[in-house]
Amino acid sequence: MKLRGLLFGIAATLAASTALAQQPVKIGMITTLSGPGGYLGQDIRDAFKLAIDMEGGKLGGVPVELVVEDDGLKPGQGKQIAEKMLKTDGIKIMTGIVFSNVAGATVPDIVDSGALYVSPNAAPSNFAGKECNENYFVVAWQNDSLHESAGQYATNLGYKKAFILAPNYQAGKDALTGFKRLFKGEIAGEVYTRLDQTDFAPEMAQIRSANPDVVFQFHPGGLGIAFLRQYQQAGLLGKIPMVLAEPSLDATTLKAVGDAAVGLSVTAHWNTDFDNAANKKFMEAWTKAYNRVPTYYASQGYDTALAIASALKATGGKTDVPALRTALAKADFQSVRGAFKFGKNQHPVQDWYALKSEKGADGTPVLKTVGKVLSNHTDVYAKDCKL
Amino acid sequence: MSDDAITRTHPAGPALGRMIALLALAVALIALPFVVQALGQPALVPLATRVLIYAIAAASLNLALGFGGMVSFGHAAFFGIGGYVVGILYRTYVDDALFLGFILGTDQLLITLPAAILVGGLAAYIIGALSLRTSGVQFIMITLAFAQMLFFLFVSLKAYGGDDGLTIRRRNALFELNTRDDTTFYFICLVIAALVFLVLWRIVGSRFGMVLAGIRQNERRMAAIGIAPYRYKLAAFVISGMGAGLAGALMANYLRFVSPDMLHWTKSGELMIMVILGGVGTLLGPLLGAAALVILETVLTGWTEHWQLVLGPVLLIVVLFTHGGLNGLISRLGPGRSAS
Amino acid sequence: MTLVFEQLLNGLQFGVMLFLLAAGLTLIFGIMGVINLAHGSLYMVGAYAAAFAAAQTGSFLLAVLAGLTAAALIGMAMELLVLRRLYARDHLDQVLATFALILIFNQSVTILFGRQPLFVSVPPALNGSVQLLPGLSYPVYRLAIIAVGLLVALGLYLLINRTRIGMLVRAGATHREMVRALGVDIRLLYTAVFGLGALLAGLAGLMAGPILAVQVGMGEQILIMTFVVVVIGGVGSIRGAFFGALIVGLVDTCLRAFMPGLLRHVMTGSEADALGAGIASMGIYLLMAIVLLVRPKGLFPAHV
Repeated sequence: MKLRGLLFGIAATLAASTALAQQPVKIGMITTLSGPGGYLGQDIRDAFKLAIDMEGGKLGGVPVELVVEDDGLKPGQGKQIAEKMLKTDGIKIMTGIVFSNVAGATVPDIVDSGALYVSPNAAPSNFAGKECNENYFVVAWQNDSLHESAGQYATNLGYKKAFILAPNYQAGKDALTGFKRLFKGEIAGEVYTRLDQTDFAPEMAQIRSANPDVVFQFHPGGLGIAFLRQYQQAGLLGKIPMVLAEPSLDATTLKAVGDAAVGLSVTAHWNTDFDNAANKKFMEAWTKAYNRVPTYYASQGYDTALAIASALKATGGKTDVPALRTALAKADFQSVRGAFKFGKNQHPVQDWYALKSEKGADGTPVLKTVGKVLSNHTDVYAKDCKL
Repeated sequence: MSDDAITRTHPAGPALGRMIALLALAVALIALPFVVQALGQPALVPLATRVLIYAIAAASLNLALGFGGMVSFGHAAFFGIGGYVVGILYRTYVDDALFLGFILGTDQLLITLPAAILVGGLAAYIIGALSLRTSGVQFIMITLAFAQMLFFLFVSLKAYGGDDGLTIRRRNALFELNTRDDTTFYFICLVIAALVFLVLWRIVGSRFGMVLAGIRQNERRMAAIGIAPYRYKLAAFVISGMGAGLAGALMANYLRFVSPDMLHWTKSGELMIMVILGGVGTLLGPLLGAAALVILETVLTGWTEHWQLVLGPVLLIVVLFTHGGLNGLISRLGPGRSAS
Repeated sequence: MTLVFEQLLNGLQFGVMLFLLAAGLTLIFGIMGVINLAHGSLYMVGAYAAAFAAAQTGSFLLAVLAGLTAAALIGMAMELLVLRRLYARDHLDQVLATFALILIFNQSVTILFGRQPLFVSVPPALNGSVQLLPGLSYPVYRLAIIAVGLLVALGLYLLINRTRIGMLVRAGATHREMVRALGVDIRLLYTAVFGLGALLAGLAGLMAGPILAVQVGMGEQILIMTFVVVVIGGVGSIRGAFFGALIVGLVDTCLRAFMPGLLRHVMTGSEADALGAGIASMGIYLLMAIVLLVRPKGLFPAHV
């Protein structure tokens, strides 16, 4: 044990001396880059990198180094990477996880070992309520909020009878619960699809026979592409309006869906056309760097980088977690989505907007912001959090 | 199954060279946490823990697959069930409730592990009793079918997290040990893994093991001399399921998390690949296979985001150019110093 | 009533897609004795090649040609370079090798086409719906898929039962050594059969393009379902693959469509929906388990 003590001492001295020399602060990013969900992680990573590049390799004036690893959408793999980043590399600031199940296995370890985790996407309900943690921040949104905004918007639009669908897994069930929480009308039908489902013809037939005022569906990524195409092919597009939250129609799926997305109503916390200085700066830099339309995942990755930058600036580059935490909680940065602050469970309190997908100048559909749905919206779990 | 293609090593009395190799392995495994700490790579301890846990699962699968000739494509079911036993007992314990109305929750490793072994074995008994009525590809597919059914069952269990999984805030307790400590947990897993390998070694070398090998080579002949193959195969399948359940329980403790991901068919495939990679029907092959796959994945993901493009060809080369997996390769490289 | 009829059509269409994949898989398995996990990758190759060609040329016909050619060529290359060395090996070695191929295919596609799913439009001639019965209009494109699938089934039936190649294929499936002993160039036959299987997988992939998401990993989603079909139908049997695919397609579709409704008679709405979805997911696996317990060789075994 003596040996270990000695080594620890050397390591501590080394760490102290390197900090003086302004070695770059390492930021660990565990994200999903392989498989069908890979484009989500890619956008988050690219946007985070962009924020660093725009400051010339710095965040908040502090030189940083981003360490990215692919979790392959495997909880065990994510945890292993976290262990390595925490213990071998001594990283104190982590981010990047896209999917809730990876977060479930990885986040407790990170926050328990005294490091900071700033989520650019996944925000399962258990970490928002009773198990909230002082080292855990969410820059994106709490899962339920997305679908609550869709429910509110469907109510605002005056729909009385909704047919709702989502995959049969936790996030899917949360989506339908969230929608129903703020939708005042009647539910004409509630259908759970399958996560590995590719053909939605049976559901289309059920929708047609139920003949609702509006359809709400939550199918992220590839599922959503298939769903919307088949919605059009079944002749339902244009007949029965659809309201959906942004995961079911992000910029990438919008492009892949094409015409089948025109006319849909989407609720989101951010859109490419937001008219604020931070967003304009982001959009210009993004378009120049990557030449593709950013998804809202990209905006979250960028905002996460800005949030971390604000904390680093406040501590002057010291990775003292309590100080970083206090600075981060102030949310002292210009979010690309406009107004932004953290609630007491360190999840966002933010506005939700209505978007409409329209045919753009070059014939491909684009999302246009048409109004606000909810202001200063917080999640229902915050009250269970004892921070 | 064509049996001649698989090289098998019978543990007929350890030769001196083999004894030395085993001893060296044991010393290396015991020294590992201290060495990597000294090297300033403490994260290698949890990595080694993960290797040990997968080695238990793969070695258990190997009893059915390699020694019993039963190609199970559904072992993730037992692995996942073991994990959920720990998860559900812990959740019940924290909520101070009763599971199914009569089972008390617990966070004691000495209760959860035997419970996981028991439930894993029970599931293996039910699935095995039905599946063993088929053979060959049909057996592969029917074990897959049962595992998939269980996968979808856990996905729809909202009370236990559904697809998002179940977080186990604290590892199970064992005496006064700090199981949260990586080195402590590594040694717990090492002791259990050593016991598992010892038990498997005894089983394979016993009369039961001989009969099992005989059935694998020629089922009809064994039936002709008055042995009922079905019972022997089922027994081996149940033991195999118990081992996988144990590994699952350790994995749940290691991850402090269980999710249906543990029961997905890709996990069954991964376990199978560890066995094949290490060497089918060899005692230490699964340990080698688990180590190779886990370490390769970890190293490659750290090195490039296109890690699959490296892992794929490596696996391909192993299949095409080595017979009998890594274990076979090592045996041929150093004659008389076989790793099994 | 029209709802039931429509769901049956949906099941038929899904079944036909599964048949195209299962036909190749069952032939490869039956004749060469190879478990090819990378069959789903050929489906992905077909879809990507077609999507790429359609985006470049704008012609659906060229897209079809590109998808078929790419899948067949890559399939044959796969046979020549990798699988040929594995015929004499254990199934387990084949599993490991073809799993490795999946990794290689997925990552190569990611590098070539990026992680974003690709867009494929329905060919203009097949866009829209047609009135089948009063109150029931059905997408033309799906009807076209059903038609193509049935035509392929008929073609395969004729090929296998009426031609010399078919005779060799049938003989190869049941008496492999005998065919070889008679001096037939079994290697050429193998490559050809593999190419045909790959071609059919590519066809399924390119037809799926406009309906589903063309993305990395699309092959694995459908692979397991395809194996279920092959095993239910009976390994090595085209007839089995056809009926197996239709049964799986219909059962899966109908369970999903009607199970929650039936359960709603006995329990509350949302519970019934969740439970129904769970049962529907397990449905085809339960079906397979039952079939195998009653008829271990499948419904239409090739080896009689």
